[in-house]
Amino acid sequence: MPLYLTEDQVMLRDTARQLMAEEGSIAKQLRKYRDQGCPDGFGHALWKQMAELGFTGILIDEADGGLGLGHVEAGIVLEEIGRNLTPSPFLISAVAVVEALKGTPHAQRWFPGILAGDTVAALAVDEGPKHRPEAIAMRAERAGNGFRLSGRKQFVVQGASADVIVVAARTDEGVTMFAVEREAKGLEVEGVRLADSSIGARLDFQGVEVNADAVIGEVGGGEALLGRVLDAGRSGAASEMVGLGSEAMAMTVDYLKQRKQFGRLIGEFQVLQHRAAHLYSELEIARSAAIKAQQLLDEGSPEAEAMVSVAKAKAGRASTLAVQEGVQMHGGIGMTDEYDIGLYMKRDRALNELFGDSNYHADKLARLKGY
Amino acid sequence: MTDLDTFRAETRAWLEANCPAEMREPMRDESDACWGGRNFRFKNEAQKLWMERMAQRGWTVPDWPRDYGGGGLSPAETKILRQEMARIGARNPLMSFGISMLGPALLKYGTEEQKKRFLPEIARGEIRWCQGYSEPNAGSDLASLQTRCEDKGDHWLVNGQKVWTSYADKADWIFCLVRTDFEAPKHKGISFILFDMASPGVSTRPILLISGSSPFCETFFDDVKVPKDQVVGEINKGWDVAKYLLGHEREMISGMGLGGQTGSLGEALVESIGRDPDGRMADPVLRADIARFDVDAMAFRAMSERFIDELKAGLAHPAQPSMMKYAGTELNKARHELVMAAGGSNALEWESGRSKKGKAAREWLRTKANSIEGGTSEVQLGIIAKRILDLPGA
Repeated sequence: MPLYLTEDQVMLRDTARQLMAEEGSIAKQLRKYRDQGCPDGFGHALWKQMAELGFTGILIDEADGGLGLGHVEAGIVLEEIGRNLTPSPFLISAVAVVEALKGTPHAQRWFPGILAGDTVAALAVDEGPKHRPEAIAMRAERAGNGFRLSGRKQFVVQGASADVIVVAARTDEGVTMFAVEREAKGLEVEGVRLADSSIGARLDFQGVEVNADAVIGEVGGGEALLGRVLDAGRSGAASEMVGLGSEAMAMTVDYLKQRKQFGRLIGEFQVLQHRAAHLYSELEIARSAAIKAQQLLDEGSPEAEAMVSVAKAKAGRASTLAVQEGVQMHGGIGMTDEYDIGLYMKRDRALNELFGDSNYHADKLARLKGY
Repeated sequence: MTDLDTFRAETRAWLEANCPAEMREPMRDESDACWGGRNFRFKNEAQKLWMERMAQRGWTVPDWPRDYGGGGLSPAETKILRQEMARIGARNPLMSFGISMLGPALLKYGTEEQKKRFLPEIARGEIRWCQGYSEPNAGSDLASLQTRCEDKGDHWLVNGQKVWTSYADKADWIFCLVRTDFEAPKHKGISFILFDMASPGVSTRPILLISGSSPFCETFFDDVKVPKDQVVGEINKGWDVAKYLLGHEREMISGMGLGGQTGSLGEALVESIGRDPDGRMADPVLRADIARFDVDAMAFRAMSERFIDELKAGLAHPAQPSMMKYAGTELNKARHELVMAAGGSNALEWESGRSKKGKAAREWLRTKANSIEGGTSEVQLGIIAKRILDLPGA
């Protein structure tokens, strides 16, 4: 499989690029819902439009009504989402949660809504301020015909507006994944507006009782499943950061060609040229790592896990470099709310934290490589 | 089975049968490389056999046309051949500036007669080439070169000096940039000429480097007579050939960026550094640095793969080799800094019973040239800024 897009993938990219640039733009989505103080933080109409174009079914099998495509294609859409900072349930609902529910009885329950753009799903993993999925402490104890869930989750993206929440908890047998409805009794949800204006949630499971059929996969067999779900999300987040970083770079390079100081365009200064060229190089490398990781995921390769960590770590660092250079090279106006570059900085920070930051993934790569 | 599956199966079987066991072991150092040429001394029979068998099939240059000694393989077949070679750890059968640099330029700019004359002997490893570009006063500003080439009617007469000529003392022929018009603007008076290093008036002097080795020479031309049919491309348009060829040189250097390393650096170093009680590398700060390096290195390998795929499909930006050269060489330098840090005072040993001729330290110092030779990192960044980002001035 060559590491560039096929003709079909280029068509998908063009469609996604046009939709996101026109309908998913910062003015029409991020700023609008931020300034309205919208509790969901994203536009349901756009979610519907994405569904109509088939995007929400990219990872859903054709037999189940989806497009039956792969992580490479999901990444193509996410790159365009990243360019426009489009607040969208796509990454969590259509990538991570679809990966979690695929091939289970939950798919029949939730996929039609995701395919129609009606359903929003969330993923609850983190329990502290940093991503530590190896140390999940939330309890799931057997009770009656099912389980009783107790514990707290945080940084649950779109958790406040989700219809269903995929939750990782620990039973006596080990990590177990559950699909819990948002309206379940004893589930306290606090919507939290984050620095990037996305809405995360803190969840407090106060003895939430669920039936045995809420279990996804095997009781105690959730570790491998969670790993797969997280890797789907991580590779997607990597693409979103590549898109975000690329757009931040494009805005910055444009600015270098317009802004004059000392009687010349600041883009003529070698010190800025070299920094911009270095940034370009980092982003292209990050893009390659993301596509490679997605191809390996789609092939079911045993190398995929390590490459996903490489992609998430590399994309995170490249995208952070892009927004930092972006704000600095824009000078004073880069600090204003009116100008978009600062919004990229905020979103980059959130995407870095999501599913493990660069440090987490460098450490994970070292562990996978036996050191 | 598709045709490609069949090709893969046949290639695998042929490699299994024909690649000698010694040629499947990792190269220990530069001296294990097979360069070919008139005066080359093969390290062992296996090295000679491997080069000859691959050359026989045209697989030293798998994607060159068969008429010129190549294998005539498609991009997809070439990729399969490389994958299958990597699968068994087969060494490169022939390291050659003729293959990586001159060949592509001849294929694009050479006359039919030049292609027929020079390419097959490159493919067979019979003639070893060196590159005469830099001069004492023409480094990053290469186009200011002054080596004089005069039209003497029935021959060219070359006078001047080159420097940093890689392996000039071991090469059979040189491809060389010379000035044929001293009045024209500097880029417009340059020609690209080929001649035999055994010609009267050619002499070389190796330059001792900080690494203790002498891969580069000063090369002197004193009234060297060159036949008229040995200019490639048009007279005074040698800069076009040179730029095209520099792209290939950058690809090669960026491909070498990781010194052919495919594994994880941390994995390779952990036993020598030691482990803590949890099994992690004992030095946590070094471990973090190495882990970040491994992230960068694995990501760059994906970039290299993508770059080659794009190149073969004609999708790569023409200035992309500059980016590959910049990133690959900076990474290789970072790698050797970490190897030195991991090795501590062992890695400092220059001459001792326990070190193989101070390998770690010598290689570390050698890599410092990576971001200077073939256009410095700063030159590459300038090219990216100007040609890819389209920034003004530059």
